[in-house]
Amino acid sequence: MQPPSPTGEPRGAEMKVVVNFDLCESNAVCMGIAPEVFEVRDDDFLYVLQEEPPEELREQVTEAARRCPKQAITVED
Amino acid sequence: MVDPVVVVGASLGGLSAVDALRAGGHDGDVVVLEAADELPSDRPPLSKQVLAGTMEPAAARQPLAARLEELRADVRLGFRVESFDVATRRIRGADGTELQASGVVVATGAAPRRLPGPELAGVHVVRTMDDCLALKADLDRGPDRVVVVGAGFIGAEVAATCRELGLEVTLLEGAPAPMVRVLPVEVGSFVADLHRSHGVDVRLGVGVDGLEADGDRVSGVRLADGTLVPAQVVVVGIGVVPSTDWLTDSGVPLGNGVTCDETCLAAPGVVAAGDVAEWLNPHFGERMRVEQWEHAIEQGAAAGRRLLAGDGPGEPFASVPWFWSDQYDRKLQMAGRPSATDEVHVLEGSFAEQRFAVAFRRGDRCTGVLGVNRPRHVVQARMRLVESLDWAPIEELFS
Ligand SMILES: Cc1cc2nc3c(=O)[nH]c(=O)nc-3n(C[C@H](O)[C@H](O)[C@H](O)COP(=O)(O)OP(=O)(O)OC[C@H]3O[C@@H](n4cnc5c(N)ncnc54)[C@H](O)[C@@H]3O)c2cc1C
Ligand code: SF4
Repeated sequence: MQPPSPTGEPRGAEMKVVVNFDLCESNAVCMGIAPEVFEVRDDDFLYVLQEEPPEELREQVTEAARRCPKQAITVED
Repeated sequence: MVDPVVVVGASLGGLSAVDALRAGGHDGDVVVLEAADELPSDRPPLSKQVLAGTMEPAAARQPLAARLEELRADVRLGFRVESFDVATRRIRGADGTELQASGVVVATGAAPRRLPGPELAGVHVVRTMDDCLALKADLDRGPDRVVVVGAGFIGAEVAATCRELGLEVTLLEGAPAPMVRVLPVEVGSFVADLHRSHGVDVRLGVGVDGLEADGDRVSGVRLADGTLVPAQVVVVGIGVVPSTDWLTDSGVPLGNGVTCDETCLAAPGVVAAGDVAEWLNPHFGERMRVEQWEHAIEQGAAAGRRLLAGDGPGEPFASVPWFWSDQYDRKLQMAGRPSATDEVHVLEGSFAEQRFAVAFRRGDRCTGVLGVNRPRHVVQARMRLVESLDWAPIEELFS
Protein backbone atom coordinates (compact mmCIF):
# COMPACT_ATOMS: atom_id res chain seq x y z
CA MET A 1 0.00 0.00 0.00
CA GLN A 2 1.18 3.50 -0.61
CA PRO A 3 1.43 6.29 1.90
CA PRO A 4 -1.47 8.67 2.42
CA SER A 5 -1.48 11.76 0.29
CA PRO A 6 -1.06 14.76 2.52
CA THR A 7 -3.81 16.83 0.98
CA GLY A 8 -6.28 18.80 3.04
CA GLU A 9 -5.35 21.73 5.18
CA PRO A 10 -4.51 21.22 8.78
CA ARG A 11 -6.92 23.40 10.69
CA GLY A 12 -5.26 23.37 14.03
CA ALA A 13 -7.39 20.50 15.33
CA GLU A 14 -5.75 18.15 17.82
CA MET A 15 -7.12 15.00 16.24
CA LYS A 16 -4.74 13.10 13.96
CA VAL A 17 -5.77 10.21 11.76
CA VAL A 18 -3.18 7.52 11.19
CA VAL A 19 -3.72 4.57 8.88
CA ASN A 20 -1.48 1.54 9.08
CA PHE A 21 -1.10 0.79 5.40
CA ASP A 22 0.46 -2.59 6.12
CA LEU A 23 -2.91 -3.64 7.50
CA CYS A 24 -5.27 -1.69 5.26
CA GLU A 25 -7.04 -3.83 2.65
CA SER A 26 -8.71 -0.96 0.82
CA ASN A 27 -12.16 -2.29 1.51
CA ALA A 28 -13.47 1.27 1.84
CA VAL A 29 -15.57 0.76 4.95
CA CYS A 30 -14.03 3.93 6.39
CA MET A 31 -15.02 5.85 3.26
CA GLY A 32 -18.62 4.82 3.70
CA ILE A 33 -18.63 6.35 7.16
CA ALA A 34 -16.35 9.39 6.77
CA PRO A 35 -16.09 10.24 3.06
CA GLU A 36 -14.58 13.63 3.84
CA VAL A 37 -11.59 11.97 5.43
CA PHE A 38 -11.12 8.65 3.65
CA GLU A 39 -11.27 7.95 -0.06
CA VAL A 40 -10.58 4.73 -1.93
CA ARG A 41 -9.84 5.75 -5.50
CA ASP A 42 -10.00 3.90 -8.79
CA ASP A 43 -6.47 2.60 -8.25
CA ASP A 44 -7.89 0.67 -5.26
CA PHE A 45 -5.70 2.53 -2.80
CA LEU A 46 -6.92 4.38 0.24
CA TYR A 47 -6.12 8.07 0.47
CA VAL A 48 -6.45 10.05 3.66
CA LEU A 49 -7.88 13.36 2.53
CA GLN A 50 -7.44 15.12 5.85
CA GLU A 51 -4.90 13.84 8.32
CA GLU A 52 -6.04 16.37 10.87
CA PRO A 53 -9.77 16.61 10.34
CA PRO A 54 -11.81 19.25 12.12
CA GLU A 55 -13.43 18.45 15.42
CA GLU A 56 -16.94 18.13 13.95
CA LEU A 57 -15.80 15.00 12.09
CA ARG A 58 -14.57 13.29 15.24
CA GLU A 59 -17.60 11.11 15.65
CA GLN A 60 -17.44 9.84 12.06
CA VAL A 61 -13.70 9.26 12.19
CA THR A 62 -13.96 7.38 15.48
CA GLU A 63 -16.77 5.29 14.05
CA ALA A 64 -14.65 4.52 10.96
CA ALA A 65 -11.77 3.44 13.18
CA ARG A 66 -14.12 1.24 15.16
CA ARG A 67 -15.63 -0.39 12.10
CA CYS A 68 -12.46 -0.87 10.03
CA PRO A 69 -12.29 -4.66 9.59
CA LYS A 70 -8.50 -4.56 9.78
CA GLN A 71 -8.35 -2.16 12.73
CA ALA A 72 -5.95 -0.17 10.56
CA ILE A 73 -7.08 3.30 11.68
CA THR A 74 -5.99 5.03 14.85
CA VAL A 75 -7.13 8.41 16.00
CA GLU A 76 -4.49 10.23 18.01
CA ASP A 77 -5.20 13.26 20.14
CA MET B 1 -28.26 -8.03 44.26
CA VAL B 2 -29.11 -7.74 40.60
CA ASP B 3 -28.39 -10.79 38.47
CA PRO B 4 -25.81 -10.36 35.73
CA VAL B 5 -26.46 -10.05 32.04
CA VAL B 6 -25.15 -13.29 30.58
CA VAL B 7 -23.70 -13.36 27.10
CA VAL B 8 -23.23 -16.78 25.54
CA GLY B 9 -20.40 -16.80 22.97
CA ALA B 10 -17.31 -14.56 23.14
CA SER B 11 -16.89 -13.85 19.46
CA LEU B 12 -17.85 -10.79 17.40
CA GLY B 13 -21.55 -10.75 18.24
CA GLY B 14 -21.18 -11.44 21.94
CA LEU B 15 -18.39 -8.96 22.67
CA SER B 16 -20.02 -6.27 20.57
CA ALA B 17 -23.17 -6.66 22.67
CA VAL B 18 -21.10 -6.12 25.81
CA ASP B 19 -19.56 -3.02 24.24
CA ALA B 20 -23.03 -1.63 23.53
CA LEU B 21 -24.24 -2.44 27.04
CA ARG B 22 -21.35 -0.50 28.52
CA ALA B 23 -21.67 2.35 26.02
CA GLY B 24 -25.37 2.52 26.91
CA GLY B 25 -24.55 2.97 30.57
CA HIS B 26 -25.12 -0.54 31.91
CA ASP B 27 -23.05 -0.64 35.03
CA GLY B 28 -24.07 -4.03 36.41
CA ASP B 29 -22.26 -7.33 36.08
CA VAL B 30 -21.77 -8.90 32.68
CA VAL B 31 -20.72 -12.53 32.40
CA VAL B 32 -19.52 -13.91 29.08
CA LEU B 33 -19.56 -17.69 28.69
CA GLU B 34 -17.42 -19.21 25.95
CA ALA B 35 -17.03 -22.91 25.20
CA ALA B 36 -13.58 -22.55 23.66
CA ASP B 37 -10.55 -22.61 25.96
CA GLU B 38 -9.19 -19.42 24.46
CA LEU B 39 -10.81 -16.20 23.36
CA PRO B 40 -11.93 -16.95 19.78
CA SER B 41 -9.62 -15.50 17.16
CA ASP B 42 -10.76 -13.30 14.35
CA ARG B 43 -12.06 -15.80 11.77
CA PRO B 44 -11.60 -14.22 8.31
CA PRO B 45 -7.77 -14.67 8.31
CA LEU B 46 -8.24 -18.40 9.00
CA SER B 47 -9.04 -19.15 5.37
CA LYS B 48 -6.72 -16.42 4.11
CA GLN B 49 -3.55 -14.95 5.68
CA VAL B 50 -3.04 -17.32 8.63
CA LEU B 51 -3.57 -20.35 6.42
CA ALA B 52 -1.22 -18.85 3.84
CA GLY B 53 1.39 -18.23 6.52
CA THR B 54 1.49 -14.48 5.91
CA MET B 55 -0.06 -13.56 9.27
CA GLU B 56 1.01 -14.78 12.68
CA PRO B 57 -1.80 -16.57 14.51
CA ALA B 58 -1.45 -14.12 17.40
CA ALA B 59 -2.19 -11.21 15.05
CA ALA B 60 -5.60 -12.63 14.13
CA ARG B 61 -7.41 -10.94 16.97
CA GLN B 62 -11.00 -9.82 17.18
CA PRO B 63 -11.31 -6.02 17.25
CA LEU B 64 -12.61 -5.95 20.82
CA ALA B 65 -9.94 -8.31 22.16
CA ALA B 66 -7.73 -5.28 22.82
CA ARG B 67 -10.44 -3.61 24.90
CA LEU B 68 -11.61 -6.53 27.00
CA GLU B 69 -10.58 -4.96 30.28
CA GLU B 70 -12.41 -1.75 29.51
CA LEU B 71 -15.59 -3.80 28.95
CA ARG B 72 -15.44 -5.05 32.55
CA ALA B 73 -16.83 -8.41 31.62
CA ASP B 74 -16.31 -11.61 33.55
CA VAL B 75 -15.23 -13.80 30.61
CA ARG B 76 -15.31 -17.50 31.47
CA LEU B 77 -13.48 -19.57 28.90
CA GLY B 78 -13.98 -23.32 28.58
CA PHE B 79 -17.57 -22.86 29.77
CA ARG B 80 -19.98 -24.69 27.50
CA VAL B 81 -23.61 -23.84 28.14
CA GLU B 82 -25.73 -26.95 28.03
CA SER B 83 -29.21 -25.66 28.70
CA PHE B 84 -31.29 -22.58 29.38
CA ASP B 85 -34.82 -21.95 30.55
CA VAL B 86 -36.48 -18.80 29.33
CA ALA B 87 -39.12 -18.67 32.07
CA THR B 88 -36.62 -18.69 34.94
CA ARG B 89 -33.62 -17.34 32.97
CA ARG B 90 -31.42 -20.02 34.45
CA ILE B 91 -28.37 -21.15 32.55
CA ARG B 92 -26.69 -24.47 33.11
CA GLY B 93 -23.15 -25.32 32.09
CA ALA B 94 -21.90 -28.70 30.87
CA ASP B 95 -20.10 -29.11 34.22
CA GLY B 96 -23.32 -28.55 36.16
CA THR B 97 -22.63 -24.92 37.17
CA GLU B 98 -25.79 -22.81 37.23
CA LEU B 99 -26.18 -19.09 36.68
CA GLN B 100 -29.12 -16.79 37.14
CA ALA B 101 -29.36 -14.10 34.44
CA SER B 102 -31.26 -10.83 34.32
CA GLY B 103 -30.90 -10.80 30.56
CA VAL B 104 -29.32 -13.10 27.99
CA VAL B 105 -27.48 -12.45 24.74
CA VAL B 106 -27.42 -15.50 22.46
CA ALA B 107 -24.26 -15.21 20.34
CA THR B 108 -23.23 -18.82 19.84
CA GLY B 109 -22.66 -18.45 16.11
CA ALA B 110 -22.61 -21.49 13.92
CA ALA B 111 -20.61 -24.68 13.49
CA PRO B 112 -19.48 -26.26 10.23
CA ARG B 113 -21.40 -29.14 8.69
CA ARG B 114 -19.34 -32.28 8.29
CA LEU B 115 -19.50 -35.23 5.92
CA PRO B 116 -21.07 -38.37 7.37
CA GLY B 117 -18.79 -41.28 8.17
CA PRO B 118 -15.94 -41.99 10.57
CA GLU B 119 -13.38 -39.30 11.40
CA LEU B 120 -10.27 -39.52 9.23
CA ALA B 121 -6.92 -37.78 9.48
CA GLY B 122 -6.47 -35.29 6.68
CA VAL B 123 -10.13 -34.22 6.65
CA HIS B 124 -10.69 -30.65 7.81
CA VAL B 125 -13.22 -27.94 8.42
CA VAL B 126 -12.18 -24.31 9.02
CA ARG B 127 -13.93 -22.43 11.78
CA THR B 128 -11.47 -21.98 14.61
CA MET B 129 -7.76 -21.18 14.92
CA ASP B 130 -7.14 -24.82 15.88
CA ASP B 131 -8.92 -25.96 12.70
CA CYS B 132 -6.80 -23.59 10.65
CA LEU B 133 -3.49 -24.64 12.20
CA ALA B 134 -4.33 -28.33 11.85
CA LEU B 135 -5.08 -27.82 8.16
CA LYS B 136 -1.96 -25.73 7.73
CA ALA B 137 0.16 -28.49 9.27
CA ASP B 138 -1.28 -30.96 6.76
CA LEU B 139 -0.66 -28.55 3.87
CA ASP B 140 2.94 -28.13 5.03
CA ARG B 141 3.43 -31.88 4.51
CA GLY B 142 3.10 -31.21 0.78
CA PRO B 143 0.07 -33.25 -0.30
CA ASP B 144 -0.15 -34.23 -3.99
CA ARG B 145 -3.66 -32.84 -4.09
CA VAL B 146 -6.14 -31.02 -1.88
CA VAL B 147 -9.84 -31.55 -2.52
CA VAL B 148 -12.18 -28.82 -1.31
CA VAL B 149 -15.74 -30.02 -0.97
CA GLY B 150 -18.16 -27.12 -1.42
CA ALA B 151 -17.50 -23.87 -3.28
CA GLY B 152 -19.10 -21.44 -0.85
CA PHE B 153 -17.06 -18.45 0.24
CA ILE B 154 -14.94 -20.32 2.78
CA GLY B 155 -14.31 -23.26 0.42
CA ALA B 156 -13.42 -20.90 -2.40
CA GLU B 157 -11.01 -18.95 -0.19
CA VAL B 158 -9.32 -22.11 1.07
CA ALA B 159 -8.97 -23.34 -2.53
CA ALA B 160 -7.38 -20.04 -3.53
CA THR B 161 -4.98 -20.07 -0.58
CA CYS B 162 -3.92 -23.68 -1.29
CA ARG B 163 -3.35 -22.81 -4.94
CA GLU B 164 -1.21 -19.83 -3.95
CA LEU B 165 0.82 -22.19 -1.78
CA GLY B 166 1.56 -24.07 -5.00
CA LEU B 167 -0.65 -27.07 -4.29
CA GLU B 168 -2.84 -28.95 -6.77
CA VAL B 169 -6.47 -28.29 -5.93
CA THR B 170 -9.79 -29.81 -6.93
CA LEU B 171 -12.86 -27.77 -6.00
CA LEU B 172 -16.08 -29.79 -5.92
CA GLU B 173 -19.53 -28.25 -5.95
CA GLY B 174 -22.75 -30.21 -5.98
CA ALA B 175 -24.75 -27.36 -7.55
CA PRO B 176 -24.37 -26.34 -11.23
CA ALA B 177 -22.35 -23.27 -10.11
CA PRO B 178 -20.94 -22.00 -6.80
CA MET B 179 -23.27 -20.11 -4.46
CA VAL B 180 -26.35 -20.55 -6.66
CA ARG B 181 -28.65 -20.96 -3.71
CA VAL B 182 -27.89 -17.46 -2.50
CA LEU B 183 -26.65 -15.52 -5.54
CA PRO B 184 -27.55 -15.30 -9.23
CA VAL B 185 -25.74 -17.88 -11.35
CA GLU B 186 -23.59 -15.26 -13.11
CA VAL B 187 -21.70 -14.59 -9.88
CA GLY B 188 -21.08 -18.27 -9.19
CA SER B 189 -19.92 -18.82 -12.77
CA PHE B 190 -17.49 -15.96 -12.38
CA VAL B 191 -16.08 -17.53 -9.21
CA ALA B 192 -15.72 -20.91 -10.97
CA ASP B 193 -13.93 -19.24 -13.91
CA LEU B 194 -11.67 -17.29 -11.57
CA HIS B 195 -10.51 -20.52 -9.96
CA ARG B 196 -10.06 -22.25 -13.30
CA SER B 197 -7.94 -19.35 -14.51
CA HIS B 198 -5.68 -20.03 -11.54
CA GLY B 199 -5.35 -23.71 -12.38
CA VAL B 200 -7.91 -25.19 -10.00
CA ASP B 201 -9.68 -28.34 -11.21
CA VAL B 202 -13.25 -27.09 -10.69
CA ARG B 203 -15.99 -29.70 -10.95
CA LEU B 204 -19.58 -28.54 -10.81
CA GLY B 205 -22.78 -30.49 -10.39
CA VAL B 206 -21.00 -33.43 -8.81
CA GLY B 207 -22.14 -35.04 -5.59
CA VAL B 208 -19.77 -36.63 -3.11
CA ASP B 209 -20.44 -40.28 -2.43
CA GLY B 210 -17.89 -40.71 0.33
CA LEU B 211 -14.26 -40.67 1.38
CA GLU B 212 -11.65 -43.35 0.67
CA ALA B 213 -9.20 -44.13 3.44
CA ASP B 214 -5.78 -45.63 3.77
CA GLY B 215 -5.79 -46.80 7.38
CA ASP B 216 -7.08 -43.88 9.42
CA ARG B 217 -6.02 -41.25 6.87
CA VAL B 218 -8.04 -40.03 3.93
CA SER B 219 -6.75 -41.09 0.51
CA GLY B 220 -9.39 -39.71 -1.82
CA VAL B 221 -12.91 -38.55 -2.50
CA ARG B 222 -15.40 -40.84 -4.23
CA LEU B 223 -17.83 -38.94 -6.42
CA ALA B 224 -21.44 -39.88 -7.07
CA ASP B 225 -20.58 -40.77 -10.68
CA GLY B 226 -18.06 -43.34 -9.47
CA THR B 227 -14.91 -41.27 -10.15
CA LEU B 228 -12.23 -41.32 -7.47
CA VAL B 229 -10.21 -38.16 -6.88
CA PRO B 230 -7.09 -39.13 -4.94
CA ALA B 231 -6.19 -36.58 -2.24
CA GLN B 232 -4.25 -36.56 1.01
CA VAL B 233 -6.08 -33.51 2.30
CA VAL B 234 -9.81 -32.85 2.11
CA VAL B 235 -11.40 -29.60 3.25
CA VAL B 236 -15.12 -29.67 3.85
CA GLY B 237 -16.86 -26.35 3.24
CA ILE B 238 -20.49 -27.32 2.95
CA GLY B 239 -21.97 -24.64 5.14
CA VAL B 240 -22.72 -24.17 8.79
CA VAL B 241 -25.49 -24.96 11.24
CA PRO B 242 -26.52 -22.34 13.83
CA SER B 243 -25.36 -23.45 17.30
CA THR B 244 -28.69 -23.76 19.08
CA ASP B 245 -28.44 -27.26 20.59
CA TRP B 246 -28.33 -25.71 24.10
CA LEU B 247 -31.63 -23.94 23.41
CA THR B 248 -33.62 -26.99 22.30
CA ASP B 249 -35.81 -27.16 25.42
CA SER B 250 -35.39 -23.54 26.50
CA GLY B 251 -38.61 -22.03 25.22
CA VAL B 252 -36.63 -19.66 22.97
CA PRO B 253 -38.21 -19.80 19.49
CA LEU B 254 -36.02 -21.68 17.02
CA GLY B 255 -36.28 -22.10 13.26
CA ASN B 256 -33.45 -21.06 11.00
CA GLY B 257 -31.36 -20.32 14.10
CA VAL B 258 -32.90 -18.24 16.89
CA THR B 259 -36.06 -16.51 15.70
CA CYS B 260 -36.06 -12.80 16.62
CA ASP B 261 -38.34 -9.86 15.98
CA GLU B 262 -37.10 -6.76 14.19
CA THR B 263 -35.38 -5.52 17.35
CA CYS B 264 -33.33 -8.74 17.76
CA LEU B 265 -35.52 -9.82 20.67
CA ALA B 266 -36.25 -13.57 20.80
CA ALA B 267 -38.13 -13.74 24.12
CA PRO B 268 -38.55 -11.36 27.07
CA GLY B 269 -35.03 -10.51 28.22
CA VAL B 270 -33.43 -12.67 25.54
CA VAL B 271 -31.73 -11.20 22.46
CA ALA B 272 -29.65 -12.84 19.74
CA ALA B 273 -27.03 -11.66 17.26
CA GLY B 274 -24.63 -12.85 14.59
CA ASP B 275 -24.55 -16.15 12.71
CA VAL B 276 -27.04 -17.74 15.11
CA ALA B 277 -29.76 -15.10 14.78
CA GLU B 278 -32.56 -14.80 12.29
CA TRP B 279 -34.44 -11.53 12.49
CA LEU B 280 -36.91 -9.48 10.52
CA ASN B 281 -34.79 -6.88 8.74
CA PRO B 282 -37.20 -3.96 8.35
CA HIS B 283 -35.08 -2.39 5.62
CA PHE B 284 -35.80 -5.35 3.34
CA GLY B 285 -39.04 -6.46 4.95
CA GLU B 286 -37.57 -9.96 4.99
CA ARG B 287 -36.44 -12.42 7.60
CA MET B 288 -32.75 -13.16 7.25
CA ARG B 289 -29.86 -14.85 8.99
CA VAL B 290 -26.56 -13.33 7.94
CA GLU B 291 -23.21 -15.09 8.32
CA GLN B 292 -20.93 -12.10 7.93
CA TRP B 293 -18.25 -10.41 9.98
CA GLU B 294 -19.47 -6.81 10.05
CA HIS B 295 -23.03 -7.94 10.51
CA ALA B 296 -22.15 -9.86 13.68
CA ILE B 297 -20.66 -6.69 15.16
CA GLU B 298 -23.56 -4.43 14.14
CA GLN B 299 -26.23 -6.85 15.24
CA GLY B 300 -24.37 -7.55 18.48
CA ALA B 301 -24.52 -3.83 19.23
CA ALA B 302 -28.22 -3.68 18.34
CA ALA B 303 -28.94 -6.68 20.56
CA GLY B 304 -27.10 -5.06 23.46
CA ARG B 305 -29.13 -1.87 23.04
CA ARG B 306 -32.34 -3.90 22.86
CA LEU B 307 -31.58 -5.48 26.18
CA LEU B 308 -31.09 -2.03 27.70
CA ALA B 309 -34.51 -0.94 26.39
CA GLY B 310 -36.03 -3.52 28.74
CA ASP B 311 -39.80 -3.69 28.55
CA GLY B 312 -39.91 -0.77 26.10
CA PRO B 313 -40.42 -1.38 22.38
CA GLY B 314 -36.73 -1.07 21.44
CA GLU B 315 -35.30 0.11 18.14
CA PRO B 316 -35.72 -1.97 14.98
CA PHE B 317 -32.39 -3.18 13.57
CA ALA B 318 -32.47 -2.06 9.93
CA SER B 319 -29.45 -3.13 7.97
CA VAL B 320 -27.84 -3.37 4.55
CA PRO B 321 -25.38 -6.18 5.22
CA TRP B 322 -21.87 -5.93 3.77
CA PHE B 323 -19.10 -8.46 3.43
CA TRP B 324 -15.84 -9.14 1.66
CA SER B 325 -14.07 -12.22 0.41
CA ASP B 326 -10.46 -12.34 -0.80
CA GLN B 327 -9.52 -14.88 -3.43
CA TYR B 328 -6.11 -14.67 -5.14
CA ASP B 329 -5.57 -10.97 -5.82
CA ARG B 330 -9.29 -10.36 -6.23
CA LYS B 331 -11.33 -8.64 -3.56
CA LEU B 332 -14.95 -9.46 -3.78
CA GLN B 333 -17.37 -7.33 -1.80
CA MET B 334 -21.09 -7.20 -1.58
CA ALA B 335 -23.63 -4.89 0.00
CA GLY B 336 -27.23 -6.00 0.32
CA ARG B 337 -29.11 -9.23 0.22
CA PRO B 338 -29.89 -10.43 -3.30
CA SER B 339 -31.54 -13.72 -4.07
CA ALA B 340 -30.67 -16.30 -6.71
CA THR B 341 -33.48 -15.19 -9.01
CA ASP B 342 -32.66 -11.46 -9.15
CA GLU B 343 -31.57 -9.85 -12.43
CA VAL B 344 -27.89 -9.03 -12.80
CA HIS B 345 -26.90 -5.67 -14.29
CA VAL B 346 -23.25 -4.96 -15.00
CA LEU B 347 -22.65 -1.35 -13.95
CA GLU B 348 -18.90 -1.06 -14.29
CA GLY B 349 -16.15 -3.13 -15.92
CA SER B 350 -16.70 -6.70 -17.10
CA PHE B 351 -16.47 -10.29 -15.95
CA ALA B 352 -13.71 -10.85 -18.53
CA GLU B 353 -11.50 -8.22 -16.85
CA GLN B 354 -12.18 -9.83 -13.48
CA ARG B 355 -12.87 -6.30 -12.26
CA PHE B 356 -16.46 -5.12 -12.15
CA ALA B 357 -19.45 -3.95 -10.19
CA VAL B 358 -22.86 -5.51 -10.71
CA ALA B 359 -26.22 -4.61 -9.23
CA PHE B 360 -29.01 -7.05 -8.50
CA ARG B 361 -32.51 -6.03 -9.42
CA ARG B 362 -35.92 -7.30 -8.36
CA GLY B 363 -38.74 -5.20 -9.81
CA ASP B 364 -38.09 -1.58 -8.84
CA ARG B 365 -35.69 -2.57 -6.15
CA CYS B 366 -31.96 -2.91 -5.99
CA THR B 367 -31.34 -5.84 -3.64
CA GLY B 368 -27.57 -5.53 -3.62
CA VAL B 369 -24.35 -4.53 -5.32
CA LEU B 370 -21.36 -6.81 -5.75
CA GLY B 371 -17.92 -5.68 -6.79
CA VAL B 372 -14.71 -7.42 -7.70
CA ASN B 373 -11.79 -5.06 -7.06
CA ARG B 374 -14.32 -2.23 -6.96
CA PRO B 375 -14.48 -1.38 -3.26
CA ARG B 376 -15.39 2.24 -3.86
CA HIS B 377 -18.41 1.34 -5.98
CA VAL B 378 -19.71 -1.11 -3.44
CA VAL B 379 -19.37 1.30 -0.56
CA GLN B 380 -20.96 4.18 -2.46
CA ALA B 381 -23.83 1.94 -3.51
CA ARG B 382 -24.22 0.78 0.05
CA MET B 383 -24.63 4.36 1.23
CA ARG B 384 -27.50 4.77 -1.24
CA LEU B 385 -29.02 1.44 -0.33
CA VAL B 386 -29.03 2.45 3.32
CA GLU B 387 -31.25 5.37 2.31
CA SER B 388 -33.52 3.31 0.09
CA LEU B 389 -33.56 0.16 -1.99
CA ASP B 390 -34.93 2.00 -5.03
CA TRP B 391 -33.36 0.91 -8.28
CA ALA B 392 -33.14 4.32 -9.98
CA PRO B 393 -30.57 5.99 -7.68
CA ILE B 394 -28.24 3.02 -8.02
CA GLU B 395 -28.41 3.07 -11.78
CA GLU B 396 -27.85 6.83 -11.67
CA LEU B 397 -24.82 6.47 -9.41
CA PHE B 398 -22.97 4.53 -12.08
CA SER B 399 -24.16 6.30 -15.21
C1 LIG C 1 -12.74 -19.29 7.94
C2 LIG C 1 -13.74 -18.15 7.97
C3 LIG C 1 -13.55 -17.05 7.14
C4 LIG C 1 -14.47 -15.99 7.14
N1 LIG C 1 -14.25 -14.94 6.32
C5 LIG C 1 -15.13 -13.91 6.29
C6 LIG C 1 -14.93 -12.80 5.44
O1 LIG C 1 -13.96 -12.73 4.68
N2 LIG C 1 -15.85 -11.79 5.45
C7 LIG C 1 -16.94 -11.84 6.24
O2 LIG C 1 -17.76 -10.90 6.21
N3 LIG C 1 -17.16 -12.87 7.08
C8 LIG C 1 -16.28 -13.91 7.12
N4 LIG C 1 -16.49 -14.97 7.98
C9 LIG C 1 -17.72 -14.99 8.82
C10 LIG C 1 -17.55 -14.35 10.20
O3 LIG C 1 -16.32 -14.67 10.77
C11 LIG C 1 -18.71 -14.81 11.08
O4 LIG C 1 -19.88 -14.32 10.50
C12 LIG C 1 -18.57 -14.35 12.53
O5 LIG C 1 -17.49 -14.98 13.14
C13 LIG C 1 -19.84 -14.60 13.31
O6 LIG C 1 -19.67 -14.17 14.63
P1 LIG C 1 -20.61 -14.68 15.81
O7 LIG C 1 -20.21 -13.90 17.00
O8 LIG C 1 -22.01 -14.67 15.36
O9 LIG C 1 -20.29 -16.24 16.01
P2 LIG C 1 -18.98 -17.12 16.04
O10 LIG C 1 -17.81 -16.38 15.52
O11 LIG C 1 -19.34 -18.40 15.38
O12 LIG C 1 -18.73 -17.38 17.58
C14 LIG C 1 -19.65 -18.05 18.40
C15 LIG C 1 -18.93 -18.47 19.66
O13 LIG C 1 -19.86 -19.10 20.53
C16 LIG C 1 -19.25 -20.18 21.16
N5 LIG C 1 -20.27 -21.17 21.55
C17 LIG C 1 -21.04 -21.93 20.74
N6 LIG C 1 -21.87 -22.72 21.46
C18 LIG C 1 -21.61 -22.44 22.75
C19 LIG C 1 -22.15 -22.92 23.98
N7 LIG C 1 -23.13 -23.85 24.00
N8 LIG C 1 -21.67 -22.44 25.15
C20 LIG C 1 -20.67 -21.48 25.13
N9 LIG C 1 -20.14 -20.99 24.01
C21 LIG C 1 -20.60 -21.46 22.83
C22 LIG C 1 -18.30 -20.73 20.13
O14 LIG C 1 -17.24 -21.45 20.74
C23 LIG C 1 -17.84 -19.48 19.41
O15 LIG C 1 -16.62 -18.99 19.90
C24 LIG C 1 -15.59 -16.05 8.00
C25 LIG C 1 -15.78 -17.16 8.83
C26 LIG C 1 -14.88 -18.20 8.83
C27 LIG C 1 -15.10 -19.39 9.72
S1 SF4 D 1 -11.80 0.46 6.50
FE1 SF4 D 1 -9.73 -0.02 7.19
S2 SF4 D 1 -9.00 -1.60 5.81
FE2 SF4 D 1 -10.79 -0.65 4.85
S3 SF4 D 1 -9.94 0.96 3.54
FE3 SF4 D 1 -10.45 1.90 5.49
S4 SF4 D 1 -8.53 1.75 6.66
FE4 SF4 D 1 -8.32 0.34 4.96
